[in-house]
Amino acid sequence: MMRRVVITGMGIYSSLGKNLSEVKDSLYQGRSGIVFSPERKEFGYRSALTGLVERPDLTKLLSRRQRISMGEESEFAYVATREALVNAEMDEAFFDDHIVGLLYGNDSVSQAVVESTDIVRQKKDTTLVGSGAIFKSMNSSVTMNLSTIYRIRGINMTISAACASGSHAIGMGYLLIKQGLQDCVICGGAQEVNKFAMASFDGLGVFSDREDEPEKASRPFDKHRNGLVPGGGAATIILEDYESAVRRGAPILAEVLGYGFSSNGDHISTPNVEGPMRAMELALQQASLSPADIEYINAHATSTPMGDANEARALTQLFGGRPYVSSTKSMTGHECWMAGTSEVVYSVLMAQHGFIAPNINLDDVDETAQDLSLVKNTINKNFNVFLSNSFGFGGTNSAIIVKKL
Amino acid sequence: MSRDEIIDITNRFLIEEFEVSPAVIQPEANLKESLDLDSLDYVDLVVIIESNFGIKLDNKDFTNVRTFDDLYDLIGSKLHAIA
Repeated sequence: MMRRVVITGMGIYSSLGKNLSEVKDSLYQGRSGIVFSPERKEFGYRSALTGLVERPDLTKLLSRRQRISMGEESEFAYVATREALVNAEMDEAFFDDHIVGLLYGNDSVSQAVVESTDIVRQKKDTTLVGSGAIFKSMNSSVTMNLSTIYRIRGINMTISAACASGSHAIGMGYLLIKQGLQDCVICGGAQEVNKFAMASFDGLGVFSDREDEPEKASRPFDKHRNGLVPGGGAATIILEDYESAVRRGAPILAEVLGYGFSSNGDHISTPNVEGPMRAMELALQQASLSPADIEYINAHATSTPMGDANEARALTQLFGGRPYVSSTKSMTGHECWMAGTSEVVYSVLMAQHGFIAPNINLDDVDETAQDLSLVKNTINKNFNVFLSNSFGFGGTNSAIIVKKL
Repeated sequence: MSRDEIIDITNRFLIEEFEVSPAVIQPEANLKESLDLDSLDYVDLVVIIESNFGIKLDNKDFTNVRTFDDLYDLIGSKLHAIA
């Protein structure tokens, strides 16, 4: 008998707000978190637009020893996880009494690598990078920090799958609990926002250069979209075995019904139609649902010409025009390694509060997306079942289906 | 540099780096226990001494450093050697 997997807590730190309440309001209001960054322009970016995410001050929350190993992605992840654990009603004692796992999506630690390498180049002495450098400059930095802070004793690893990292982290946590290997897994995704993080991505020329209108630059499914805008922060969800959650009287927010994955077996950066479709079909199969059961789709759509068009084709083919569709990246920009978790958090917030957040800047719907029920303005509507898509470089795809409980 | 100057500079960066109260730092007090140092912290001690005094210490230089006084002596002797 496979076990049911539920969400008992969530936390978020993003350009839309520093906690669930702020983010819910931003989503409802269709508020963009995108700004122009003079620092990025000075650094040499072709497009200096980014999601604005302040670095949190953790001096009163964590010891020096704990903080010295943390880059900003770990700091964001800590803040989001702290909120998620409070909401899941898990205190320190919970970790003493339970074997909890940790799976977090992250795929870069650029600032730590660049800064420590610069010190060695300048000083010609590796000792002078300090003791925190190694722990900040490994890709698993987020999980090694959080696992130490929370004394994690279960599964403990970082999922690196480009812009689908945060989604696969949820999917993997779901599978472990479903199979009875874990009762509780902290899942999430983190994304650094410093100027080093996105320089090489910007170099591909795929970022929107609409610098004079930062809030209008990210426009998924719009005919006049001209590239993505990078964002960041971190999001955490607490996945738990349903029976365990009921036994401890935990707040049960939603249930993960299905996880589908696939690889395109195709181009390194250009997405296709067939790969994402297979991921969505597998998620539906896992959830024992038909396409008609999905009420809302949080699209991956990043505002790139080819990516949005191919996802629109896949969604139209699989779901027709029935479910509402929006891309919250129109407000957040592309939160990359974090997006797969943050967009599940955004969607659960919408389901909890009875609305569907808009796909802002959708002035002129692209011809490939004409048959979709795209949400231009906030809709007040109760819904239960949604699907969240995340696709990444290398053709990695993930689709998660969640039901509000 | 005088010993008093060395003590002033050293105490200032120890308080800042290791986030301790000034009262913790007493000449005869045990350095490791007072600052709650673990093995990783000695790497950071090397870094801040280099950035404040321009001298490069090695982990094994700390073998005989037990008190704050010992640390001031170590820094003083390294500075003297350079001069």
